Amino acid sequence: MKDFLLGILQNEILVYTLMAVVPLAWVIPFALFAVWWERKISAHMQDRLGPMQAGWHGTIQTIADILKLMLKEDIVPTAADSKLFKLAPYVVFGGAYAAYAVVPFSAAYVGSEINVGLFYFISISSIAVVGLLMAGWASNNKWSLYGALRSAAQIVSYEIPVALAILTVVMVTGTLNLQEINDAQGGMFWNWFIFQKFPFLFFALVIYFTASLAEVNRTPFDIPEAESELVGGYHTEYAGMRFALLFLSEYANMFAVSAIATTMFLGGWNSPFGDFMSGPWWGVFWFLLKGMTFIFIQMWLRWTLPRVRVDQLMYVGWKVLIPFSFVLILGVGVWMLAIQ
Amino acid sequence: MDVTLQKEGAVADVDAGRRPATVPGLGRALRAEEMVINMGPQHPSTHGVLRLELIVDGEIVVDAIPHIGYLHRCFEKHAESMNNYQQVIPYVDRLDYVAAMSNEFGYVVAMEKLLKIQVPERVEYIRVIMAEFSRIVSHLIALGTYGIDMGAYTPFLYCMRDREHVLDIFEETCGARLLYNYMWVGGLSHDVKPNFQDKTRDFCKYFRPKIAELNELLSYNKIFKERTAGVGVLPPEVAINYGASGPVLRGSGVKWDLRKNDPYSIYNRFAFDIPVGMGIKGRVGDSWDRYMVRVHEMEQSVNIIEQAVEQLPAGDVQSAIPKRIRPEPGEVYVRTETPKGELGFYIVSDGTASPYRVKVRPPCFVNLSTVPAICRGSMIADVVAILGSIDIVLGEVDR
Repeated sequence: MKDFLLGILQNEILVYTLMAVVPLAWVIPFALFAVWWERKISAHMQDRLGPMQAGWHGTIQTIADILKLMLKEDIVPTAADSKLFKLAPYVVFGGAYAAYAVVPFSAAYVGSEINVGLFYFISISSIAVVGLLMAGWASNNKWSLYGALRSAAQIVSYEIPVALAILTVVMVTGTLNLQEINDAQGGMFWNWFIFQKFPFLFFALVIYFTASLAEVNRTPFDIPEAESELVGGYHTEYAGMRFALLFLSEYANMFAVSAIATTMFLGGWNSPFGDFMSGPWWGVFWFLLKGMTFIFIQMWLRWTLPRVRVDQLMYVGWKVLIPFSFVLILGVGVWMLAIQ
Repeated sequence: MDVTLQKEGAVADVDAGRRPATVPGLGRALRAEEMVINMGPQHPSTHGVLRLELIVDGEIVVDAIPHIGYLHRCFEKHAESMNNYQQVIPYVDRLDYVAAMSNEFGYVVAMEKLLKIQVPERVEYIRVIMAEFSRIVSHLIALGTYGIDMGAYTPFLYCMRDREHVLDIFEETCGARLLYNYMWVGGLSHDVKPNFQDKTRDFCKYFRPKIAELNELLSYNKIFKERTAGVGVLPPEVAINYGASGPVLRGSGVKWDLRKNDPYSIYNRFAFDIPVGMGIKGRVGDSWDRYMVRVHEMEQSVNIIEQAVEQLPAGDVQSAIPKRIRPEPGEVYVRTETPKGELGFYIVSDGTASPYRVKVRPPCFVNLSTVPAICRGSMIADVVAILGSIDIVLGEVDR
């Protein structure tokens, strides 16, 4: 896509800007859709209808909400550290959005095809912690501080199982480049890594998905913003557009981790049926379809499960997920040696 | 105010002795102290305008001090100002507003004892059915909101859906859905509709599987058990010493239910069990036990309703209502088992048409007093679990 655009525009800066903006054209409509979708899913799980008034089945409800948030007064608490307070949502969103640089939407499009894509993803997703800490600290609210410190502990802890689960795939492919990982899963769907080295990579997906729920603060690991304990956690004091930005980054993060799960384990933009319905545009279709499946599972879990306590969260991370991901790494390693 | 300040000082002193004075490698003293954090009066999990002053050491709660009174409405003064004993009933409704029928029941039983009125059989049966419906409604709200406290939103809406069926029956009977003014001294405001028995039977048939559904979704959920079992253990002797009653007392394994132990109205005619906490998942008296007692009580309430609706006699529900109420000078104390526990009415009459005194012994107020005793040393998330399992309604705590 880069070469194609270069051919048309003849201007590198313009091309790179355009390449950087493309994911935004997905993230914002996605967030608008996902908020509505989550409402509908939760409503139907709970024997109700959800939004029905604004548009057909409430389809433009989120747009109305965004408009409302935009029109709201921008409140910065008097006692807050106003510079940090104002900066924090941008850091959080910046971190979430930067992850999209390496998300391969299609064979023809990936923001930046760097050979350490996965490594970049793991590190950039930690930036959000800084933003959340800023938000919680600057709010000058004890509940926000709790939320911020909880999220710092949680995200830092759960990065380890995420990285270890990803490492199993890296062992198989021998590359950190996400497009090359996609290429390695071409052909029919049994070539996807979820079905390879069975059951090691399948369990790697389970571990990755569980840990990624904690990384994006989703139930059952949503303790940084646990409503019934911490009111709103780090975003208690935020209102209007700043709140919307924090909300947007949560949904952006949800899709980012789902996209990585798709790429690593479900063949990314590959068609499940070899050459049938494959190509750059079909690639986008398959990629988004698989990504949305993970989003659906995230929502499904959210509206089913209670929330774990903060010490139980640490227990699951350090004493369950991390040891098991080491076992998986060992298993995959032994398998690969045995085959050779 | 002075008391609060002293308390804070005392906590700080304890802290100074307990903490290491220096940090290894840093060489100088690190100042560490407990934090005071207000949970409420505006907080999603205090179930109303309760303020819990938490003294916390990180995530650990060192002490929890409930501050009440934000919903004080001068119930006693209002009751004394009424020029008719019947006029107190709407105020009684507003004590425990999620189980208004039960409150009315307690008041009218007390008044009838004071006036020495014998109400018709039909009235007694309808009252028992309504009170047990009220118990189901109250427990559904308690269990559903407890789910929200634990982060599970869906069970709450399932509970509200089932509650709606009961409210429909209430609405058909007396026109109101929350605050009924239905039980009057000596009778009822309305007789039930002709299809009442069928509707009640239908509800019982519908509701039993729903309890099983709630159990599958929430009660036996692994995370839910982890969060509640063994958390906020209230030992039986502590519960008795604090005067706790209702599911809080029974959750601690004490088999005490006024419907059996000090029967009023016609409760001695029905066969039902008193569920108590067994410590199946954790220890006797933990939050899960208190939760589960409520689930089992709903089943027992359905049993009572089914028996009562089959025996419902014919009659006039208003025949015994006195035209004018002027009790002999004297006093009466009657206690009844509401969903929250032992609700006592102490009514003093000076022979006039206005009550001289109407004192309420509210179960929620007493149950809430156990919170500091069982919160110490738990985590902030556990405070939410404990408070939810106590099931307070601030209308009754503050009156």
